[in-house]
Amino acid sequence: MAAAETAAAPASPDPRIGRTPLVEMKNIHIAFGGVHAVEDVSVDLYPGEVVGLLGHNGAGKSTLIKILSGAYQMDSGEIRIDGKPVKIESPRDARRYNIETIYQTLALADNLDAASNLFLGRELTTKLGFVDDARMEAETKKIVARLNPNFKKLKEPVKALSGGQRQSVAIARAVYFNAKILIMDEPTAALGVHESHMVAELIKELKAQGLGIFLISHDTREMMALCDRVAVMKNGRLIGMERVEDVTEDDILSMIILGKNPLREK
Amino acid sequence: MTDTAHEGARTRTSFIKQLEIDTRLLGMIGAFVLLCLAFDFITDGRFLTPRNIFNLTIQTVSVAIMATGMVFVIVMRHIDLSVGSLLAVCSAVMAMVQTLILPDWLGLGLNHPVTWVVAVTAGLIIGVAIGAMQGALIGYLTIPAFIVTLGGLLVWRNVAWYLTAGQTIGPLDSTFMKFGGINGTLGTNLSWAFAAVMSVAALFLIIAARRNKVRHGFPVKPLWAEAAMALIAVGAIVGFIAILNAYEVPRGRVRRMFEDGQIPDGFTLGYGLPISVLVLIAVAIVMTVIARRTRLGRYIFATGGNPDAADLSGINTRLLTVKVFALMGALCAISAVVAAARLANHTNDIGTLDELRVIAAAVIGGTALSGGIGTIYGAILGALIMQSLQSGMAMVGVDAPFQNIVVGLVLVLAVYIDIVYRKRTGGK
Repeated sequence: MAAAETAAAPASPDPRIGRTPLVEMKNIHIAFGGVHAVEDVSVDLYPGEVVGLLGHNGAGKSTLIKILSGAYQMDSGEIRIDGKPVKIESPRDARRYNIETIYQTLALADNLDAASNLFLGRELTTKLGFVDDARMEAETKKIVARLNPNFKKLKEPVKALSGGQRQSVAIARAVYFNAKILIMDEPTAALGVHESHMVAELIKELKAQGLGIFLISHDTREMMALCDRVAVMKNGRLIGMERVEDVTEDDILSMIILGKNPLREK
Repeated sequence: MTDTAHEGARTRTSFIKQLEIDTRLLGMIGAFVLLCLAFDFITDGRFLTPRNIFNLTIQTVSVAIMATGMVFVIVMRHIDLSVGSLLAVCSAVMAMVQTLILPDWLGLGLNHPVTWVVAVTAGLIIGVAIGAMQGALIGYLTIPAFIVTLGGLLVWRNVAWYLTAGQTIGPLDSTFMKFGGINGTLGTNLSWAFAAVMSVAALFLIIAARRNKVRHGFPVKPLWAEAAMALIAVGAIVGFIAILNAYEVPRGRVRRMFEDGQIPDGFTLGYGLPISVLVLIAVAIVMTVIARRTRLGRYIFATGGNPDAADLSGINTRLLTVKVFALMGALCAISAVVAAARLANHTNDIGTLDELRVIAAAVIGGTALSGGIGTIYGAILGALIMQSLQSGMAMVGVDAPFQNIVVGLVLVLAVYIDIVYRKRTGGK
């Protein structure tokens, strides 16, 4: 229902006019053992914008964003952040450019508690250089309480948490460190209706704060509601990148299934 | 199925919960105590004597030191089959440094005061270098740890053989031999002083932990539980030292210490804490601090729990592998000091089959081979349980083949119990 309302809302002025894109990925190529996972794809993202990546499984969406998050190295292409060309060769590099990622698998160490996971790789330390668990736990309590008021099991290994609570930890990790660019790979796939709604609210809030968000999802309706633009991929190629106001759900579906952009081929 | 039965069960669990004792640790200690009491009963009280407890502790040290390192290796989802051979190489090098290189080649003579320092340093360098090299093969060339260290088991055992031409090298430097156990103890007074320092440290830690929790507004245990824990800790420290102090130096030996061969009336001399056990305690403290309070330890456990997540969090898991195996190498060198000093010689078969004892100690101590789970104190307790089992059976007069059969069965049983325990407690 929410999707229908948003789609029907009057088109807002294009926020991109006269601004430098937060992220530009140009002519990205990557192949694994002769299979072109991503072929000549260019996408961009502006501050305060949500760009949805759509496509079948294996279309190359996750691979494309893993290049941006430093998990994979592209074979050729260019990435610009705030207009400047950058090299992202590891997840550490990506974090340096304030790129945070919520992976589909959540990327949590199941044997550690929420605080250890939230601060993994960026631990708070005492003056002597030891990890400061008490302070990390207190910080975790604060941020998680904002995302998920029902979250109580701070001391338990995250293995003992429910899907929604685990998701909260993964989201908290991305949000805590002042991300400018947020990548969310299927953030609501494992969640119930109520929790999905909370994630949608969070996305709107972060967008209002001026973050740029890449959102991957299979749920076309949800994407229409949350995104400003959608990029559709098929077989490693970009089929089209359109403003949500300009397309219908049917247009998107035909791009996903047929691999043709009806807006450009009329 | 009455209400009172339920009530009883609930208060009991909450009692243990309030003390915040790891139930798994409690189970292990229980098993250990039961084992000791059983052997003591069968041997008519010969098992739990100060003398036997003293011997048990010094026999456990070498394996226990390496087991603490094996915890990290196994937590990282690796294995190290080469520790026994690595110990032999370190021992061979150290023996040659103190009996050949320093006295003859450098002309320092025997029992020079710096000999032991140079020898131990040389051993540590060799241990760290070999460990780091194996770690690099595993981390950067991605050869499975099982294969690299299986190769290492053969290579280093025979490098040691080649270096020493298979000879027994000894006697070792007199200061060096103090690390072996019976030849180097603190004596009763220093041991009591050590007990006092450790007790104060334990109390300080308990108070500091409580303050820290209060400062961040986290719930704390009731005061009585805190006091009970402090009492248990201090009692254990003082009790342990009292037992070691009660083991007296034989009269004949004491007589030789007096020039006229007469022992004054009422004079007794206790051994006290062996230096080798002091080394183990130091290793245990350092390793526990690494595991719980440093980034290195946090990354080791994170990588064991989910290697992909660790990678995506920007942790250099390859370098981490090198560090963990280098640390294992350093611990092998420390174990080599203790083992060679205890034997007073370097022998060609030193450390043979230690890899299996070390892995068994870590696993009995609750380290999961699937990675991500393990404790330092568990591994040390595991080593102690294995050694008690072995010496207890020897004391009872169980035939050698049956001793090993029992140890093998206990290993399998311990892991099975651990699996059942983890399933019951919700897969922690």
